[in-house]
Amino acid sequence: MKIVVCVKYVPDATADRGFNEDGTTDRESVDSLLSELDEYAIEQALQIVESGVEAEITYLTVGPDDATDALRKALAMGGDNAVHVNDDDIQGTDALGTSLILAKAIEANGYDLVICGMASTDGGMGVVPAMLAERLGVPQVTYLDEVKVEGGVVKGRREGDTATEQVEASLPAVISVTDRTGEARFPSFKGIMAARKKPLESKDLDDLGIDSDEVGLSAAWSTVDAATARPARTKGEVVTDEGEGGVQLATFLAAKKFI
Amino acid sequence: MGEILVLVDHVDGAVRKPTLELLTLARRIGEPSAVFLGKGADAATETLGRYGAQKIYVVDAAEVDEYLVVPKADALAQVAGAVNPAAILVPSSPDGREVGARVAVRLGSGLITDAVDVVAGENGPETEQSVFAATYQVRAHVTKGTPIITVKPNAATPEEAPATPAVESVAVKFSAAATGTKVVSRAPREKSDRPELTEADIVVSGGRGVNGAENFVVIERVADALGAAVGASRAAVDAGWYPHSHQVGQTGTQVSPQLYIAAGISGAIQHRAGMQTSKTIVAINKDEDAPIFDLVDYGVVGDLFKVLPQLEEEINKRK
Repeated sequence: MKIVVCVKYVPDATADRGFNEDGTTDRESVDSLLSELDEYAIEQALQIVESGVEAEITYLTVGPDDATDALRKALAMGGDNAVHVNDDDIQGTDALGTSLILAKAIEANGYDLVICGMASTDGGMGVVPAMLAERLGVPQVTYLDEVKVEGGVVKGRREGDTATEQVEASLPAVISVTDRTGEARFPSFKGIMAARKKPLESKDLDDLGIDSDEVGLSAAWSTVDAATARPARTKGEVVTDEGEGGVQLATFLAAKKFI
Repeated sequence: MGEILVLVDHVDGAVRKPTLELLTLARRIGEPSAVFLGKGADAATETLGRYGAQKIYVVDAAEVDEYLVVPKADALAQVAGAVNPAAILVPSSPDGREVGARVAVRLGSGLITDAVDVVAGENGPETEQSVFAATYQVRAHVTKGTPIITVKPNAATPEEAPATPAVESVAVKFSAAATGTKVVSRAPREKSDRPELTEADIVVSGGRGVNGAENFVVIERVADALGAAVGASRAAVDAGWYPHSHQVGQTGTQVSPQLYIAAGISGAIQHRAGMQTSKTIVAINKDEDAPIFDLVDYGVVGDLFKVLPQLEEEINKRK
């Protein structure tokens, strides 16, 4: 079967991230990398194959030239090939547009199972998997803490709104996995070398039959009016406990009327 | 004023607090109508009316509970299609954001997630979001279709505005996709007498420094003395010391209480993303160089097992 893992190339979450004047994410002044939360999706794809399910793993990303870094890292962890959708007209595309591009690319590739991370570490909306399922017209089995694929059925555990749920659907399906599915592996040196030879195909909007005015910043269905850096918190008093730390803290809390 | 649909978050008719916040926000931008999916609408009517729902659309269908997300999206999209609302507000929960996502695709409408405030603007509802690990505040609005906004808990203080809602039962025609993902079983989370993490005014959290599940009682005792919720860092949750439902951070719950007390938490970006919009932040940590101290209004460098019991005793003495 065919597994497609969607990955995103994002500004490093540990760096000082910011915005461009047009309200889009600044991807220039901060180093980018494979979104940490997508590593769990890659790991689950590899584990599904290792559990005995015969499958080809394709990584898919939508992003600028450098986004191939994310694909190469994924390929270094394992898997077979990658597709990079890259087009100047994509810059500024929102989640709705991104889900459209991903859906077209996934359909062009063929799929039985689409695996996504629970959210990106930049936009962090966590809505693309549900949008993809809606567009592809297949079941969504999302926010899974545990995944199993068996006999054409995908099952998992989801921390729902008010309860822990066991959910399942027949393939083809779109799933998303959380950071609780288990640590992702590190690429080995051998893996990194092998990744260089794995096929990586680049596609543009034309290849996918998408009109350029369906995507990009001008086609986004919401707009940022202002983005302001939150003033850094001013560091308050820090005392060293010399036997009275708890009392001192209580005095502070009482002054703030919490006690 | 246009009609604002509010998707009700409830357990068998017991309305959860975020819904009351949504109804309160909805009144700023239009006339709130509640959309109640599943069983228990009768039990919810009084509460929804008390917080200003002018209408309640009830979809009492078994599909809503038996299958994941899609039946809810079908129902909300169908009600929206019929009443043509000025905006749709849904809670920022796993189900809520996915329902919002699907309805956005279906209605061809813009979607804004995780709003921490919603006000009336020149171009329809204006939202405030806290992004990039809460280092930026973003003001935004939807430019196409019916604005669909997911709103985080604690975005507003619920205010009563008693109304007598007209209750309308809606028969939904579910899509073929509605029964695609079966919810095989549902285990309700353990009930606790403590306030819910997302709703609490005070949160006391423990991290790696707590060093064992059996030691979390030190955190719990201070929480109980303050009437607070208990949180935990990802490190503490991953170690199995405290349930995941209590995880504060980027991939857990994001909280914004009046007071946040971090004990034995170093303050990695993953944790800060979940708590740094708290009004007052206090930390106790052995390591004076822990990054958490950069955020605090008050910090104690010391052993949490000495500081917290003393704090607890002092709180009880001063009550």
